[in-house]
Amino acid sequence: MRYLPKSPAERLEMLKEIGANSIDDLFSVIPAEYRLNRDLDIPRQHGESEIIEWFRTAAAKYTVRHTSFLGAGAYRHYRPVIIDSLVQRGEFLTSYTPYQAEITQGTLQAIFEFQTMIAELTGMDVANASMYDGSTGAAEAVMMAVRVTGRHKAVIATTVHPEYREVLATYTKHQGLPTSVVGYDNETGRIDLAALEAAITDETACVLVQSPNFFGIIEDIPAIAEIAHAKGALLVVSIAEAVSLGVVRPPVEADIVSMEAQSFGVALSYGGPYVGVIAAKEKYLRQMPGRLVGQTVDGNGYRGFVLTLSTREQHIRREKATSNICTNQALVALMATIFLTIYGKEGIRELAEHNLAKSAYTEKVLCAIPGAKPRFHGAPRFHEFVLQTDEAPSAWGQRLRGESIVGGIDISRWYPEMKNATLWCTTEIVPREKIDAAARLLAAVPVEA
Amino acid sequence: MTTTPTTPQTSARTLGKVRPHQTQNEALVFEKSSPGKRAYRLAQLDVPEVDPAALLGEAHRKTPGELPELSEIEIIRHFTRLSTWNYAIDLGMYPLGSCTMKYNPRVNELVARIEGLAEAHPYRPDYLSQGQLDVIDLLQRCLIEITGMDAITLQPAAGAHGEFTGIMLVRAWHESQGNPRRKILIPDSAHGTNPATAAHCGYEVQNLKSNALGMVDLEELERMVDEDTAALMLTNPSTIGVFESDIAKIADILHAKGALLYMDGANMNALVGKARPGDFGVDVMHLNLHKTFSTPHGGGGPGSGPVACKAFLEPFLPIPVLVTDKNGQKGWNYDRPQSVGRVRAFFGNTGMFIRALAYILANGPDGLRQTTEDAVLNANYIRKKLEDVYELPYKTASMHEVVFSDKRQAAKGVRTGDIAKRLIDYGFHPYTVSFPMIVSGALMIEPTESESREELDLFIDAMRAIAQEVEDDPELVKTAPHSTRVSRLDEVTAARKPILRWKPTAK
Repeated sequence: MRYLPKSPAERLEMLKEIGANSIDDLFSVIPAEYRLNRDLDIPRQHGESEIIEWFRTAAAKYTVRHTSFLGAGAYRHYRPVIIDSLVQRGEFLTSYTPYQAEITQGTLQAIFEFQTMIAELTGMDVANASMYDGSTGAAEAVMMAVRVTGRHKAVIATTVHPEYREVLATYTKHQGLPTSVVGYDNETGRIDLAALEAAITDETACVLVQSPNFFGIIEDIPAIAEIAHAKGALLVVSIAEAVSLGVVRPPVEADIVSMEAQSFGVALSYGGPYVGVIAAKEKYLRQMPGRLVGQTVDGNGYRGFVLTLSTREQHIRREKATSNICTNQALVALMATIFLTIYGKEGIRELAEHNLAKSAYTEKVLCAIPGAKPRFHGAPRFHEFVLQTDEAPSAWGQRLRGESIVGGIDISRWYPEMKNATLWCTTEIVPREKIDAAARLLAAVPVEA
Repeated sequence: MTTTPTTPQTSARTLGKVRPHQTQNEALVFEKSSPGKRAYRLAQLDVPEVDPAALLGEAHRKTPGELPELSEIEIIRHFTRLSTWNYAIDLGMYPLGSCTMKYNPRVNELVARIEGLAEAHPYRPDYLSQGQLDVIDLLQRCLIEITGMDAITLQPAAGAHGEFTGIMLVRAWHESQGNPRRKILIPDSAHGTNPATAAHCGYEVQNLKSNALGMVDLEELERMVDEDTAALMLTNPSTIGVFESDIAKIADILHAKGALLYMDGANMNALVGKARPGDFGVDVMHLNLHKTFSTPHGGGGPGSGPVACKAFLEPFLPIPVLVTDKNGQKGWNYDRPQSVGRVRAFFGNTGMFIRALAYILANGPDGLRQTTEDAVLNANYIRKKLEDVYELPYKTASMHEVVFSDKRQAAKGVRTGDIAKRLIDYGFHPYTVSFPMIVSGALMIEPTESESREELDLFIDAMRAIAQEVEDDPELVKTAPHSTRVSRLDEVTAARKPILRWKPTAK
């Protein structure tokens, strides 16, 4: 019980001062029949060395040195060392939501810097202090569009991350918000613009697209915005791979951008914690969910920062709040802020260009294998692509397994029409020799039709 | 560049456990930037270069974002200096009631960063994920045992997200019975997230008045529950730190009308190892891993809000659900036709699961029970030592937190917010001021188990000294804090003319 700073004698003294005979006196308000009179059936106390050993054993069940070509909404980029050393400072790590501005200026200023960086990257006017993740952020962005427009329908591209679409469906199920979906162009992998135009009505609050989309392809945002805006609908752009913004034009025509910022220095960690963001045009600020930090002055005229516009939030507005969100992802947002400070204006571009080059090379060598070809043509993409093969993905996976390589993910689980299609992602961290090894392994065995 | 200075003069006064210390000025990171500085060096590109403009065409970004350009030492100093402007649990007592600011063990941070866990991609095949799934499986089993429930999902990303998930389960179950029902009852003492959540799940919120003890008024409850009530969302112990001793009757009244009992588990720090919600009639509840299981608050997140439920709600849990096959291999089951769906991409904040499990392993059954006992002991100790100087609006027995009101001090024109700010001068983070709403001018104090007697005594001394100051020199308290690098900030202007980002000055 090394976390508890009281000696048995101190406990007894304190009980005496309270006027209690025993600790059980303090729990007597719990009716006797509901008091637990046995030990919980959980593992015994472990020493620190045992705890570390337990988790090392769990971790060793992976082959740590696997090379992976997995992406699909979670991306492994190099994480500079100083990120973890800074976020583990107790003053950041063990602080709470900065309600008391005078003694939380550190967190507040860092969030203000985060909001600025996100606005700069996305081309939006304002950004909030973070959302849970990209999937819930996209759902909140759609509901924000409903509040802004007063309309109650949404049009969603099927090229939005399938799990984001599932989350959106859960969020909107009971809010009278029907959604319709628009498919993709079979050639380009981009949203089908004609179908989009037909799907938008006078009741459409917003169109939700993702760019780069789930297939890694960059959508034609100006064209989509024109179609949406012509009918008075807002455009919500979801970005699952934030590093793309180093080299891909930001979606400035959008009204709301919802982004997963995990790529900015956040570990994969089997899916979380990650960090979502909502950024928007300034005129929609009052309908934005989540926390916001604003700059102001103190009584002596010095610059300072506070949580602001909280009248939108649940602790003030209760059932009329813009969202029920309370905890955000402040520490993860701090990781992203440090990451973006490390790379800076030029670094984020260089990093993105390396990703572009690595992926272009991977596509080239894999598509040189007989029976393999890119699924979509003609549209630009970032660092992911869909590979069409004659063989089943499971057969490919088996062959790579022996060399500790995890290949692209089989996307027929979400797109049943795409048989033998795998989504490959190559970030800057994958060495060329592994790309070559994957191609060699896959080409070495005769391809069965 | 801004011309606004960033540091006020600090007072030389020394109070309680603190003396002023120097905190260096630090401009915004953008203001420190200078083109050409670098804090990174990419690995050598080992594949052919590409021409981004040619590959991307119209989609090529021509104007980069205005991100700062700094060297590594400047970045270390920038964020280190910012960190010194924060109060934190590592610096001292942080008695924010209902937020449960307890010690965050460092071994948690170490194990969460073990490469095989930290670098695991969520779409790795299950055969490569067995270790991570072991963590999830054991944490699930521990939390089920601790709550006395039958099933659990770890997917929700925070407590409020857990509330959302739990109320979705309630709704799905009622729907399966033929009628989702229309309304959710919420006590007036509840967290603001409760009504916001109910509304977001499509329910009408009905306010349930507390009785003179600050507890659920059974008669009022009986009168309000009908065939249109889906559930009651109850925080237990309540936000005034009181255990609802009629909890079983509350459950009975609801169940008799086919309504469910949802428990906001924010205050589970008062119950772990001592009582289990599943044993006293709760149907579904959420836990806050950062409140009860020591995962760090991080300046406002990440959180994690598992939802535990009784067996009849299990079919409605979000997809996917962890399963173990007959060979002992663990994996995810997506084939759940009655599921409410998915509330988050992937599997939840698994990095937080690792930390929470490390905490449970460090404590074991005896450690968790002792933790709860110490948390309750500490709150009662503070109550005893302050009840002669601060008004105690509800005399009901306290669990892990105690709520006073500013009634006596308000007579001198000093409100709870002023006392809170003055507490900063004494070297403490303030208690919760704005909550619960049933107590006018609340001082909501939750010491948690992490405080030594010495620290508690310092806090008590500070609170008593402030009470005396209110008598002798109320202005001193009303103008606090006097020792911080910024004085009270102009929140009104911040809201009226929001400045939410830095902008480059025109060249």
